[in-house]
Amino acid sequence: MYSKGFKPLAAATVVALATAMALVFFYAPLDADQGFVQKIFYVHVPMAIASLCGFVAGGIMAIRHLRSGDSSWDMRSYVAIHISIILGVGVLATGAIWAKASWGHWWVWDEPVLVSFLVVVLLYCVYYPLRFSIEDRERQARYSSVFAIAAGAFVPLNFAAVRMAEAYTHPRVLSQTGGNLPGEMRLTFLVSLLAMALLFVTLWKLELISKNASMQLKRLKRRLAEREAVAA
Amino acid sequence: MPALPLDEAGKYVAGAYVVFVTLLVVYVAIIGSKIARIERELTDLTSEDDK
Amino acid sequence: MIAAARTILRKDLRLELRTKESVPAMTLFTLTVYVLFHFGLDRDSLDGELAAGVLWVTLLLAAVIGVSRLFAAEREQGGIDGLLLAPVDRTSLFLAKAAALFLFLVAVEVVAVPAFGLLLLGPGLGGALPELLTILALGDVGIAAVGALVAALAAETRARELIVPLLLLPLLVPVLIACAQATEPLLRQDQGPEDLGRWLALLTLYDVVFVLLSVAVFDYLLED
Repeated sequence: MYSKGFKPLAAATVVALATAMALVFFYAPLDADQGFVQKIFYVHVPMAIASLCGFVAGGIMAIRHLRSGDSSWDMRSYVAIHISIILGVGVLATGAIWAKASWGHWWVWDEPVLVSFLVVVLLYCVYYPLRFSIEDRERQARYSSVFAIAAGAFVPLNFAAVRMAEAYTHPRVLSQTGGNLPGEMRLTFLVSLLAMALLFVTLWKLELISKNASMQLKRLKRRLAEREAVAA
Repeated sequence: MPALPLDEAGKYVAGAYVVFVTLLVVYVAIIGSKIARIERELTDLTSEDDK
Repeated sequence: MIAAARTILRKDLRLELRTKESVPAMTLFTLTVYVLFHFGLDRDSLDGELAAGVLWVTLLLAAVIGVSRLFAAEREQGGIDGLLLAPVDRTSLFLAKAAALFLFLVAVEVVAVPAFGLLLLGPGLGGALPELLTILALGDVGIAAVGALVAALAAETRARELIVPLLLLPLLVPVLIACAQATEPLLRQDQGPEDLGRWLALLTLYDVVFVLLSVAVFDYLLED
């Protein structure tokens, strides 16, 4: 079901990633204030955007699961959230590296994106214990979907709240992702963003293919065992 | 803080990209090994069924 | 639906009045935490940011206790199955539980806020009382709605006591931000609200989103 169009998608992803890397290191000019360190943004910010969209998409897929009762939507939601959490951890790690390079500390509270991600990742980490502490499969899926919807609605509210708070205590430091990017930087950023989006969808499909195959295998094993029991 | 000199900054930038690539490679490797296991079990089952 | 909600609410309130399990514990907890903060921060009196922070963090932690116990009565007496067999709309159940939690929080605050003024607050509470009450009310609505949702989500998992704080507290971060920021200028030496409008707007948005969301989603919980 999910393998349709996978190979061209994966190929496009590889091309996009390679192009983005080339642009970042050979095309985009050096930033006047931050120097070479600014290059981190071309991986940090696209990961952040992909992760956030992934969390919201997971919530939307969860809504479709609840309304249709079709468990394949639950699987799609689970995988989207799963990948977004991994990307979220990557956002925190790359953000910490950037903070150390720019400010000398491994963590800063000045950066609203980073702080929001800390809260969001802490919240979504509870997805796993919540999910796996419910034994009944159907109930597990239903409760996970409720969580995914609540958490998905929470993400934008949290961003707004943290941004409002940081504006009060610390002036906005991150001006790079605003509108005033010079042309070459903007192109590089957009290509990086596209590459990250393609990567997300590719990994999402890949994991769904794997999970689907594993389910079908289990079903096949069960059917073969039944057939043997009948024959005996 | 003033911008770091190129050689020092390089370490941090490399670190960030290494984090990204590592996450990616580890993830793909885990899924790849899962798919390999599924294929192995599938061939086992089909050969048993053929008997 | 409102009638059903009112019946469940009345039952919960009557039960709480009789057994006195949640509200006294939550209140005692806030007083204890004030003492902890006194020793932890090594301060005799707080004002401004610190005061707002201590007040709201303590209230949130007390809310965790209330949320954990929200469906306790149903669980312990096997009442949840009874509720579900009756033709009760899940929405009524949500409204009743959220209203109960809201009233519990108000009851706790009636003691906890003056106690805070007595024990830890430098400047007096009186100066900006109506604004403070508004912030408390809007914050409590958000805590009640999200609390009822989390209570239901965790109601049937084995690791309930762990899941409730881990789920509830991150979800309440926007409430904490808005309430603490809004309360801070009210607790300074030179009292007076600042930018109250934008924080109240954020709180209202949060409340509306989570009340509507919980109402929509509650039908899928506690089913069997």
